[in-house]
Amino acid sequence: MADMSVAHTAGASKAGRFIIYGLLALVCLYYLMPLFVMLSTSLKSLDEIRAGNLLSLPGGFRTDAWVKAWDSACTGVQCEGLKGFFWNSVSFVVPAVVISTMIGAFNGYALTMYRFRGSDLVFGMLMIGCFIPFQVVLLPMAQTLGAMGIANSTVGLVFVHVVYGAAFTTLFFRNYYVTIPDELVKAAKIDGAGFLRIFFSIILPLSVPIIVVSVIWQFTQVWNDFLFGVVFSSGDRQPITVALNNLVNTSTGVKEYNVDMAAAIIAALPTLLVYIVAGKYFVRGLTAGAVKG
Amino acid sequence: MGALSIRDVRKSYHGNEILKGINLEIEKGEFLILVGPSGCGKSTLLSMIAGLDSVTSGEIRIGDRVVNDLSPKDRDIAMVFQSYALYPNMTVRENISFGLQIRKVPAAEQARIVERVANTLQIGHLLDRRPSQLSGGQRQRVAMGRAISREPSLFLFDEPLSNLDAKLRVEMRTEIKLLHQRMGTSIVYVTHDQIEAMTLGDKIAVMKAGEVQQFGTPQEIYDNPANLFVAGFMGSPSMNFIPAKVEAVGGGYGVKLESGQRTHVFPVPAADGKLKAWEGREVLFGIRPEQITHKNASRAGLPQFQTAEMPIRLTEPTGPDTMVLVPINGKDVVCRVHPAHAGQPGESMELMFDLSKSVFFDPASEQRIA
Repeated sequence: MADMSVAHTAGASKAGRFIIYGLLALVCLYYLMPLFVMLSTSLKSLDEIRAGNLLSLPGGFRTDAWVKAWDSACTGVQCEGLKGFFWNSVSFVVPAVVISTMIGAFNGYALTMYRFRGSDLVFGMLMIGCFIPFQVVLLPMAQTLGAMGIANSTVGLVFVHVVYGAAFTTLFFRNYYVTIPDELVKAAKIDGAGFLRIFFSIILPLSVPIIVVSVIWQFTQVWNDFLFGVVFSSGDRQPITVALNNLVNTSTGVKEYNVDMAAAIIAALPTLLVYIVAGKYFVRGLTAGAVKG
Repeated sequence: MGALSIRDVRKSYHGNEILKGINLEIEKGEFLILVGPSGCGKSTLLSMIAGLDSVTSGEIRIGDRVVNDLSPKDRDIAMVFQSYALYPNMTVRENISFGLQIRKVPAAEQARIVERVANTLQIGHLLDRRPSQLSGGQRQRVAMGRAISREPSLFLFDEPLSNLDAKLRVEMRTEIKLLHQRMGTSIVYVTHDQIEAMTLGDKIAVMKAGEVQQFGTPQEIYDNPANLFVAGFMGSPSMNFIPAKVEAVGGGYGVKLESGQRTHVFPVPAADGKLKAWEGREVLFGIRPEQITHKNASRAGLPQFQTAEMPIRLTEPTGPDTMVLVPINGKDVVCRVHPAHAGQPGESMELMFDLSKSVFFDPASEQRIA
């Protein structure tokens, strides 16, 4: 729109572009600043950190802070770095993301293609799940996990995240599936396909964009979660977010900012990676349905 | 036993009656058209035949089986949808063989069937493409291919041509008719286009507001419409309805028509008996545009022809014919005239009315009188 309104003359258009790109560059700079500070600090020695200012470049390419954060930094009493906790997180995030996405796809399919009496009500109730703050469910969830005998376990944490994520993933898939014409399902019914066959042979292959959206969303949510992690796990089974918190708060004399920064980047790396790999699908998936493919 | 029989079928949603007792029956190999304006229930009826919608009451039989409670896959039917509903993730070949695969037809047999279908519809070169790589006409063909691959006893078509452009629509219409001639399978075809209905159907059911208004062959429905709605719906340009008073004339009865400064009373010998009861009252006189033409001397003496000179308000040339609009009893009446004989607006011309097929309706009940 801005493009059209400034495109009257070549000169105005050029000036307009200059302003737009200038603004975009400023915004980028603003958002990239913290990352730059983190990265450069993580590569500095403690002396450099004390001597220079926040924005100064590191003197050399030092990776000791990274090695220490990964391998030997103290997170409380034990000093084994983040590596164990990193794999802890991976071990519950992957199943939680996969299971909640699958449930979302299935729910969305059932709620749109096989409308049953009260399906809108069920969907409405599921949506309430999106608005319940984490803190509210802590106590009942703890009781439930206890009753199920999966308190303080990876399975328990997976369960919590699946339950919490299902509302969001259902919303994603349901909204995607309403854009798929019903006639497709009708045609498959007449061809003789049943409920599951239609889902796996026809609906699921069409769902790639929304699966990517769901995976990114869930991965970010579950990986970055701190509250459930700190409440429903303990000791060496804690997720990386909790370990990072412990690492930063464990002080043995000098505060090692370079190690803290390296640790924070390590903790954020997987989500960053997911966005870089699948980011373009994310935008495409969110706008799917606007344009019929 | 007919190919399809529908007996007193009703459908209600939340207490609203969508279909109010439908009765239809076709023989094996017949082409049935369900036609009507949108919202008349024709697509719902088709869905119920397919098993995609439940039947509230009544009975649907396909062949000699009552199918009310059978699932779509057990009804021995195939359907072509308005949006084609091709599976976007599958190639044309996979689309055609999907139903066969589910029915566990052996692979070799599947390949043979796909090849035969592809030959029939000339889509052999498209087999490895995906639906998104096909044009509208090609998608239409594939959708038909998918339907004929299983050799069902009944085909259902849900407005299959309405997404195509005008030229392609006419081509595909011919192809569907040829396909039907070749295969001889019974077809139920839903459309809102009365020309499609006329050209394709062996039998037409004209529907409105959940009821069948008339069920018959295209010619019956065209020549002998049961009521005002059917008469107006079928035919293009549609039938003229002229409010006219019934008067006694020459020992029989006729209709009084005023045009320009002149008044004519046209005797209608064929409808004499039935018009008698309406003497002095107003009826709707229905006459199709092609029954009002330029004056033809060789027919002038015959009793069913009447001529009158009328002022021309407008002419609409269509190529083969020119539509001439003349005012009669305050209504604009369309007459179909050979271009060489059509006058100019502002002039008047002699028109010849063929009253042998004229029809009369009760203006209040809209039912046919004669």
